[in-house]
Amino acid sequence: MNSFKNIFIGRSIHLLLILSVSITILTTLAVIVLLGKESFEFFKEVSIISFLFGTKWSPLIAPHSFGVLPLVCGTMWIVFGAVLFAVPTGLLVAVYLSEYASDKVKSFLKPVLELLAGIPTVVYGYFALTFITPLMKWFNPEIEVFNAASGALVVGIMILPMIASLCDDAFTAVPRSIKEGGYALGANTFEVIKDILIPATKSRIGAATILAVSRAIGETMAVTLAAGATARLTADPFGSVQTMTAYIVQVTMGDAPAGGVEYLSSFAVGTLLFIMTLVMNIIGNQWIFKSRMRIV
Amino acid sequence: MSKTNDSLTGVINLGNLDSKPSIDAKRKAKRKMYDKLFYRFCQGTIFFALVTLVVLVVHILMSGLSWISLDFFTNFTSRFAERAGIKAAIFGSLWVLFLTASFAIPLGVSAAIFLEEYAPKKLWVQWVQINIGNLAGMPSIVYGLVGLAVFVRYFNFERSLLAGSLTLTLLILPIIIISSQEAIKAVPLSLREAAYALGANKWQVVFLQVLPAALPGILTGVILSISRAIGETAPLIVIGALSFVAFTPTNIWDEFTVLPIQIYNWASKPQAEFHELAAAAIIILLVLLFAMNFLAIYLRQKYQRYKL
Repeated sequence: MNSFKNIFIGRSIHLLLILSVSITILTTLAVIVLLGKESFEFFKEVSIISFLFGTKWSPLIAPHSFGVLPLVCGTMWIVFGAVLFAVPTGLLVAVYLSEYASDKVKSFLKPVLELLAGIPTVVYGYFALTFITPLMKWFNPEIEVFNAASGALVVGIMILPMIASLCDDAFTAVPRSIKEGGYALGANTFEVIKDILIPATKSRIGAATILAVSRAIGETMAVTLAAGATARLTADPFGSVQTMTAYIVQVTMGDAPAGGVEYLSSFAVGTLLFIMTLVMNIIGNQWIFKSRMRIV
Repeated sequence: MSKTNDSLTGVINLGNLDSKPSIDAKRKAKRKMYDKLFYRFCQGTIFFALVTLVVLVVHILMSGLSWISLDFFTNFTSRFAERAGIKAAIFGSLWVLFLTASFAIPLGVSAAIFLEEYAPKKLWVQWVQINIGNLAGMPSIVYGLVGLAVFVRYFNFERSLLAGSLTLTLLILPIIIISSQEAIKAVPLSLREAAYALGANKWQVVFLQVLPAALPGILTGVILSISRAIGETAPLIVIGALSFVAFTPTNIWDEFTVLPIQIYNWASKPQAEFHELAAAAIIILLVLLFAMNFLAIYLRQKYQRYKL
């Protein structure tokens, strides 16, 4: 059985497999090196302090000003609105799925949620622009065509399936015996959910929220279509804003010459975006990992 | 569940034998009401989510359906809405689908096999695993920037199909790896041990026993990730895929456009006709994606023998 041929095949397969894993490491290295290098070039021309704390973003029209806060502000409006909508809703959907739904209902609802999660973001952008915004304008005609609220709502709809499925995972990991202990003491379903299920899974619900925030920060096409392209530091969620991602799209669509400061600025914004999402993903995944260990 | 609970509550409250309506009875009614209300509230949320999905689909169908005709498939895009079609976008999307699949599937599946079957239990493997998890959560637009810097500028692939497909390959690779790992993990140890007991080699066990058993699960994950790549817009815009293309690509070095970019382009125009065109293109895209999703769900339910 262990002929020369078999050993040779085994060895070469092993080598091929290692090569394909190394692609993932190379990707990470490429991300870090490239974003680092281009941002470094950018910060040669614009000081890092005026980038991070500047309040005026006007990269394309002179006088140039590269203060990123207006973009961060736009992103934060989207994140805030989306999370405000999606976390409670996703939590309730998950509660329904794990505590109330029969197997039959579940086998219908889960694929529907997957379908909702599989719809491309540009479609949600179209939906926001042609349905949600006109609906909002119907209530209040003062609202601008491009506005943060509409973008936030549609991003909320987008991340809802993700939150629901993360919370559902958390609920299923709660040992049956704890819940049954609650029922044995005379609690009804609502009380078991409120006093046992949610407290037992609160760190994983928190983790789901953090991962959802990270998704909402990185969301691009829906907000580019719905929220507009006006970078400004604003307290008005019904006005047009520009997110970090929408700016990157705007610059790269406009054919900025390679090496120019506009081109480099998109990498600086990309780096900031990458760091923000990376930190949140690490924290979120760590929380999920830890709580899994505790319950097992 | 809730019926047994009520009777249990009843048993506990039997101790209270006062004839007048006690505080306990009031509290009991209140608790019961909250329970009911919460149940209805959950139901309402689910109903709301379903209605949203239905509204989304109906809204798009109503705006776009009348624009779908044979011409819509055979025309290139145009400045005039009546003459605009999605020929270039359809061909571009199919090319991207084919190329991305042929890069990402072999790489992703073999990486998963390595991590599940070959990797030593060492710290660096754990780091690789964490790294893959983080890559899966990286915003797609960052992949676009990487593709722009590496494939378009450094390797000088320009705005070709090749550059686009390689960028999308990087994007979906972590997702394919993770889902394939889940599928391989679900194959029971006994299958491997039986094969070893019959004298098989490591590679024979892995490729002739484990892999075929895990195939339905792997396939499901692969189809879902490919459908993610088909719907992806932002990274392709960043690497410079065009929005006005009046030719079908003939080889991997050609410039291209894809359906989502065409949709974005039409949706961002102010005229209502172009919005309706966007809706028509969305219908085609969604039909493609839903078909892939249903195939994935079908495969999972029909062939999956081992579930984690």
